[in-house]
Amino acid sequence: MEKRAVFKNWWLPILFALPQILLILLFFYWPAIAVMKWAFTLEPPFGGIAEFVGLTNFEEVFADPFYWNSVAVSLIFALCGTCFTILVGLVLAIAVDRRLPGSGLFRFLYILPYAIAGPAAGMAFRFILSPERGLMASLNAAFPDFWNPAKYGAHALILVIIIFAWKWTGYTFIFLLAGLQSVPRSLTEAAAMDGAGPIRRAIDIQVPLLAPTLFFLLVIMMTEGFVGSDTFGIVHSTTGGGPNHGTEVMVFRIVDEAFKGLNYSGASAQSIVLIGLIMIFTFIQFRFIEKRVHYK
Amino acid sequence: MIQRTPIADALTYLLMVLGFILLIGPFLVILAGASQTLQQINSVPFHFLPQDRFLENASAAWSRANLGSAMINSFIMACLVTVGKVALSACTAFAIVFFRTPLKHFFFWMVFITLMLPLEVRVVPTYAVAADLFQPFRLLISALTGIEVSVEWNLLNSYAGLTLPLIATATGTFLYRQFFMTLPNELVEAARMDGSGPVRFFVDMLIPLSRTNMLALTTIMFVYGWNQYLWPLLMITDPAYKTTMMSLSALLPSENSLPDWNVTLAGSLIIMAPPLVVVAVLQRWFVRGLVAAEK
Repeated sequence: MEKRAVFKNWWLPILFALPQILLILLFFYWPAIAVMKWAFTLEPPFGGIAEFVGLTNFEEVFADPFYWNSVAVSLIFALCGTCFTILVGLVLAIAVDRRLPGSGLFRFLYILPYAIAGPAAGMAFRFILSPERGLMASLNAAFPDFWNPAKYGAHALILVIIIFAWKWTGYTFIFLLAGLQSVPRSLTEAAAMDGAGPIRRAIDIQVPLLAPTLFFLLVIMMTEGFVGSDTFGIVHSTTGGGPNHGTEVMVFRIVDEAFKGLNYSGASAQSIVLIGLIMIFTFIQFRFIEKRVHYK
Repeated sequence: MIQRTPIADALTYLLMVLGFILLIGPFLVILAGASQTLQQINSVPFHFLPQDRFLENASAAWSRANLGSAMINSFIMACLVTVGKVALSACTAFAIVFFRTPLKHFFFWMVFITLMLPLEVRVVPTYAVAADLFQPFRLLISALTGIEVSVEWNLLNSYAGLTLPLIATATGTFLYRQFFMTLPNELVEAARMDGSGPVRFFVDMLIPLSRTNMLALTTIMFVYGWNQYLWPLLMITDPAYKTTMMSLSALLPSENSLPDWNVTLAGSLIIMAPPLVVVAVLQRWFVRGLVAAEK
């Protein structure tokens, strides 16, 4: 869509855009280019001349079994988080969209967890789902070692996924509710007259019409799970990547490698792989899923 | 409501209550725990009833984690990020939508690409830039003129360092662009007929018209700024600049002392409160902004 009526001044738009362009150049493009460069060179941590080493950094990264562990952990984290937030958000959106008395209050409340920072939620959930006290204590007293995220990596991974899902379900809920409310009322009314009950209507009419929103949320939530700032925050504040690397997601490993290990080249190579992975996912989702999505 | 369906209605309420337990339940557990005594919070099974110790626990948490200065720092950081984003996005979107210049599409794509690469994956070199802000300029000058300049300026331990890299992405620009595109052409024509130039048009027409947008973006950016975790962790070593997210670890019960989770939970509630209040108060605009921004 192009605007017809526009101003013809040439330097004013440059002046208006300049502050943001400068910030972006300095804090986005320069670092983004540096990541590409560092991934192929050996960068001494305390200055000095960088040496071009080709793919050596990548070879080193791929040879590390803990790296592949972090890829697997990230995949499980992002997939489980995405599925949970979208499914629960969908069910809640369909329920609230029936507009029964009181729906408005639930709509208001469901969005609130979005305001909470992952790390703050993480700390609270360390108590809520602690093995010795809080909600799981009774269960653990009856079945010793039933739940122990400090000891078992799998339990710790479930814990961080729960925190992620708690925080983001309200977000998917908003989009799905907005999508549902744009479904023409006449359509559901016609189906009701034909004798389709509420559940039938949800499955046959509402969910298919939501396909574009669902697809959009799939892309957004996968990206959020993989590289989102909450992913790092939750893991860092809740489990610290442990126990035994059980919750070490890719972003966590990158930051650890760079700022603890001072291995900038290795961290940059991992960043490049992560960016590549995100692009591949987005591509696959567009290629194979978007075909089944029918836009209005 | 289309037809009378008592069973489906009951099921709907059941689902909504389940959603309530799932999404609001954790807040209630935190609230209950934060108002209990040390004995109560460590008892099994957990007491769901709130007690009357919240103020004592909150003040213990406040002094233990030095929350006074941390809250102020987080507030400053969130406000700077919000104001910076809102102002810069409006200006850039104005330049992209209302002018015909050859650079228009270049600006647009340059800004658009920043949505693809979050701070977390370019965090290492972004840190390097913030630690040595003039490096790009020094390299540029020496490449152009051969002169080696030795000016250095680092942003570590400063509000500029905390906020500028977070402002440097395009989330808000798109919200404004979408909104500006919906405005009718007649608006610009009328402004031109009245003899007002582009700057007058921006200040007197666009800014008042985009109030809804601004409130939406304000909510989103305040939450984003307040909840930053990794970046302050890297940028700040001076305790005077500590944000609330950095105080979280000070709130955790240490290994050898009493497990006073009541204090920890009271502290986490204090830290959660500001963005929660902002979202609750501005929710109507926030929802509108989210749905418009991403689609």
